[in-house]
Amino acid sequence: MNNINPQQNYELSKKAIGYVDRKQATQADYDRIGFMSGLETHQQLNTKEKLFCHCPAGIFQKSDEYDAELLRHMRPTLSEMGGYDGTALMEFKTRKNIIYRISNKTACTYDVDDTPPFPLNREALQYALEIALASKLNIVGEVHVTRKQYLDGSIPTGFQRTAILGVEGEIPLKHKKVRLIQLSIEEDACREVSDIGHTRIYRTDRLGMPLIETVTAPELKNPDEVKEAAQYIRFLNRSTGHVRTGIGAGRQDVNVSCKGGTRIEVKGVSHTKWIPDVTHYECFRQWALLAIRDQLNRRISKQNWKMNYMELNPKKFKFYFSPITDAIAQNKKIYAVNLPEFAGLLSHFCQPGRPFYDEFVNRLKVIACLERPNMATSEDIDDVVSSHVFDEIRSAMNAGEQDAQIIFWADDDDVQTALDTIEERALMAFDGVPSETRKVMYDATTIFERVLPGADRMYPDTDSAPIPLTNEYIESLKQNIPDEIADRYAQCTQWNIPEDCFTYIFSNNHYPMIKRIINELDITPKFAGTFFGHTLKHLHGQYGRIPFCTCRIYHLFAFLKQKNINYGIAKNMLKIMFEHPEMEFENILKELHFQTLTETELIQKAKDLAKQPFVAYRKNTNNQDRINTIMGQLHYMGIGNINLGKLAEEL
Amino acid sequence: MEDKTFQGYKGRALDILKKYDVHVWDKAEVDTTRGHFSGKILPRAENTDDLHIVMKVITGYNIGLDIETITHMKGERDPQPNFKVPEKEFPYTKGLPHVKLLGTGGTIASRLDYRTGAVIPAFSPGELFGAVPELADICNLDTEKVFAVFSENMSPKEYMALANKIGDEVKNGIDGIVIGHGTDTLAHTATALTYMCQNLPMPVVLVGSQRSSDRPSSDAALNLMHAMTAAGHGDIAEVMVCMFGPTSDEYGFLHRGTRVRKMHSSYRSTFRTIGDTPLATISRKNGVQPIKEIYNHRRKGAEREVEIITNLQDYKKSIATNNPNITRIVPTFDDRVAILYYYPGMKPDVLEALIEKGYKGIVWDGTGLGHVNKGMFDAIQRATDAGIHQYMCVQTIWGYTHMFVYDTGRDLMARGIIPADNMLAESAYIKLGWALGLSHDREEVRQLMLTPINSETTPREPYDGYLIYQGGVPEVEEFVHKVHK
Repeated sequence: MNNINPQQNYELSKKAIGYVDRKQATQADYDRIGFMSGLETHQQLNTKEKLFCHCPAGIFQKSDEYDAELLRHMRPTLSEMGGYDGTALMEFKTRKNIIYRISNKTACTYDVDDTPPFPLNREALQYALEIALASKLNIVGEVHVTRKQYLDGSIPTGFQRTAILGVEGEIPLKHKKVRLIQLSIEEDACREVSDIGHTRIYRTDRLGMPLIETVTAPELKNPDEVKEAAQYIRFLNRSTGHVRTGIGAGRQDVNVSCKGGTRIEVKGVSHTKWIPDVTHYECFRQWALLAIRDQLNRRISKQNWKMNYMELNPKKFKFYFSPITDAIAQNKKIYAVNLPEFAGLLSHFCQPGRPFYDEFVNRLKVIACLERPNMATSEDIDDVVSSHVFDEIRSAMNAGEQDAQIIFWADDDDVQTALDTIEERALMAFDGVPSETRKVMYDATTIFERVLPGADRMYPDTDSAPIPLTNEYIESLKQNIPDEIADRYAQCTQWNIPEDCFTYIFSNNHYPMIKRIINELDITPKFAGTFFGHTLKHLHGQYGRIPFCTCRIYHLFAFLKQKNINYGIAKNMLKIMFEHPEMEFENILKELHFQTLTETELIQKAKDLAKQPFVAYRKNTNNQDRINTIMGQLHYMGIGNINLGKLAEEL
Repeated sequence: MEDKTFQGYKGRALDILKKYDVHVWDKAEVDTTRGHFSGKILPRAENTDDLHIVMKVITGYNIGLDIETITHMKGERDPQPNFKVPEKEFPYTKGLPHVKLLGTGGTIASRLDYRTGAVIPAFSPGELFGAVPELADICNLDTEKVFAVFSENMSPKEYMALANKIGDEVKNGIDGIVIGHGTDTLAHTATALTYMCQNLPMPVVLVGSQRSSDRPSSDAALNLMHAMTAAGHGDIAEVMVCMFGPTSDEYGFLHRGTRVRKMHSSYRSTFRTIGDTPLATISRKNGVQPIKEIYNHRRKGAEREVEIITNLQDYKKSIATNNPNITRIVPTFDDRVAILYYYPGMKPDVLEALIEKGYKGIVWDGTGLGHVNKGMFDAIQRATDAGIHQYMCVQTIWGYTHMFVYDTGRDLMARGIIPADNMLAESAYIKLGWALGLSHDREEVRQLMLTPINSETTPREPYDGYLIYQGGVPEVEEFVHKVHK
């Protein structure tokens, strides 16, 4: 009889490791667990064509829009430095059939690895170098295209072509400088359509699009700092005006470790707002794994630990959980695995909603291709297999009090890989935090994705010649470099532009236009800043996009200036510009029934209105109500002719 | 031994390395006017400039440093990494067929060469087992590196050496032979071996790869498994080429050596049988599935005899005797043979040069049904008068010569050109060299050329022997959508 209450154990262990919610967490908490993080931000470049072929970039298809399919497998190969990569070997175990869906519009024979690469896209190289220079990186003398292996099939060649453009740069955050390790240019991967059992399907539209990867040193000490750095890099990239925006155009991989933990890469965090939760959870997950490690090592040494297993005869053991009964109906095998000394650890807290056994679940999915739900444990929070069955299993396997059990179900062919996977993960628990990449879920928790690949997977691309970067070329590019984001922050602050405008202005790279408007037209910086940061942002959010070039806003102000019309009307005009992007400014004014009135005329009208009897709608009125009423009536006439504030004052 | 201290560096780059005493493979710290760089110094590919130094940085990427920008370097010695494919003893399994793998070079298995920056082959049963462990489930393997040349450097000398080697293996009682070969001239070798190794008791399978095995998506492993299966278990005892059917990792084709051609510079499914269907499909799951009904069957348990023949008299005698147990090895070749690809405006001096140089045979790749322009007529007559054997093939690749249809054809035949039916130009070139190795008699050579040994000419072209569909039309697009490419 095993008397662990999983839910209670989960909560107690959460408390025992000192887990705190992010909202309550202080720097002292992060220092206590040794929070450490670095970023790899990916940003697509806004080029016409892909990086190594002449297919158009930025055209996307639905998953069922394709002209042909082809099937490939990936095999691990020897790296340049002479070793096999860990990820490579693991992914080979999974024996995946990779299906590529190809559309003639967006992919050619290069994309599916039937034609060698064409010369690297020079437009992309230029944009990437400009960003590298803006990031204050040391620019290489010669670009060497390297192959970085990916055996998940996300790239049909089995490797990503990538090249370093610069190393050792830095970005200034509010309170510190963060070093950049490198910036590389690389081709984007396929988009996954599905991954079920032994078949994974990809579409090839995004494949090969140029992107850059900026890697920071692991120097970020709390989740908010990670977000700040991500924002900074994002704004910097966007400040060049050469990058794509929209969903998936910018993605972050976040590296996190805790004191005594391991560098874990969380892949594909597509929005910076998720970064704080993701890094917080990951750091505490590692902290929890270290607690599990210590408990385990106190109980038994790794050398003496041995797992045992048995096949369960479905006639002897009674299951009601439908995934198991379905599996039995499909002639799958049911196995029980005994994990000695793991009692109380399977239900140990790891992440909110994910006890330690979750680590097994997702490895079984990825490595052994077992679709979830793929296992049950003696410590499930939602117990799907009755404790009687586990009692029977325990006695059948001669399991001890301190042991825990896993049941899994699989096709005969997958059983051995599944057993190996469980044993491998259990043994890893003795060492703490296994090296791996993790995938972020909708609630910012993460699941196992792949073993963390090392430098061993890099291989020079023998299909591409090195590209020299001459001093003359680099100097000519320096002419295009935008001023620093940090300087732009400072300038905006000096201009009295409210800080709540910043994110919108910088993430959409409106700064150059604002600066131009301020410099060339007689407009106060604060007005121009809030015009973009509030008015435009509001309409942008409402309409989903800006249907015209923001240079139209410059022209709008220039028009008003030339007509000597008060800028206040611009806000009303902007709304019409969203509805009718092509409409001429004159016609917009007509649409607003604008007529030119002099200040004297307006004040006269106000006086006329003031003479009329004031009908009060409320019991108690004062003079201010009276002014407001008149202002309400004059608003339309006044706007564009006079500063409304001034008119009110006059009254 | 070659000094590799500064491997691949020359000129000014070499001077810089020497000046700061930095060697290849050193861990180096480099200051430049573009900032600081640190990493491992790598060899430089030979045919590149002397203005850059290559470095592998800690993240595994390679970069180049412009020597003009270097202000200081400091190197710390570090050993050269070892590049071996993990070698394991190839296991022996009783009951599995014995297959001999003959290596000629090419990209079936390869690793990086720093000298040229290209991939070079690595080959041994142990290495192969390390890279493709599935092979041990197919056969017992023995390998021999006959030579290490790139496909384009294969020549008649190598064909003859391979033919003799095959003869030896036939005598040894091997169950099948696989020949690893670069793909560029794989078909030439296949057709040569067909003429040189006749009446084989077991399969000879030539195999290559279109993507080198240093790539995860390489076709090498699957091709090798297919080839081993065809050689060890297949019933077709001919010289064949085994390469991908579709570009997908699904099945391979076995092509007859004389009718196969590389049809795309880079596709995996580049090899196609011309003017006929392939011999068979081959897959891991279903093994060899013959498409053609008539082929030379594997001879099981029969007496194996080998005759080495190097003159016409012996050859004719052997043919006449027609002993089913005897394998004929005919390693002869006269390399004074050329292919002339006709183009509009071609001038007779091209041909004159060949006459003057003493060439003995010319295969014409003519337009349409087998034509060249009138301007060539006199020179063609002179070539015939000089004893040159001239045969006509078609540059349309598919189809037969029909030299009676137009006057030009008849004029050409009157001047000594012999139509070679639907023989592929490459096949005809090899066969003419082989035939001239046996005889220079005009009629004897003609007999040899026009008597097919294994389908180099065929009496008929089946309707499905010519299938080149064009994309863009609904029925083809529907097919492409439905069936894995």
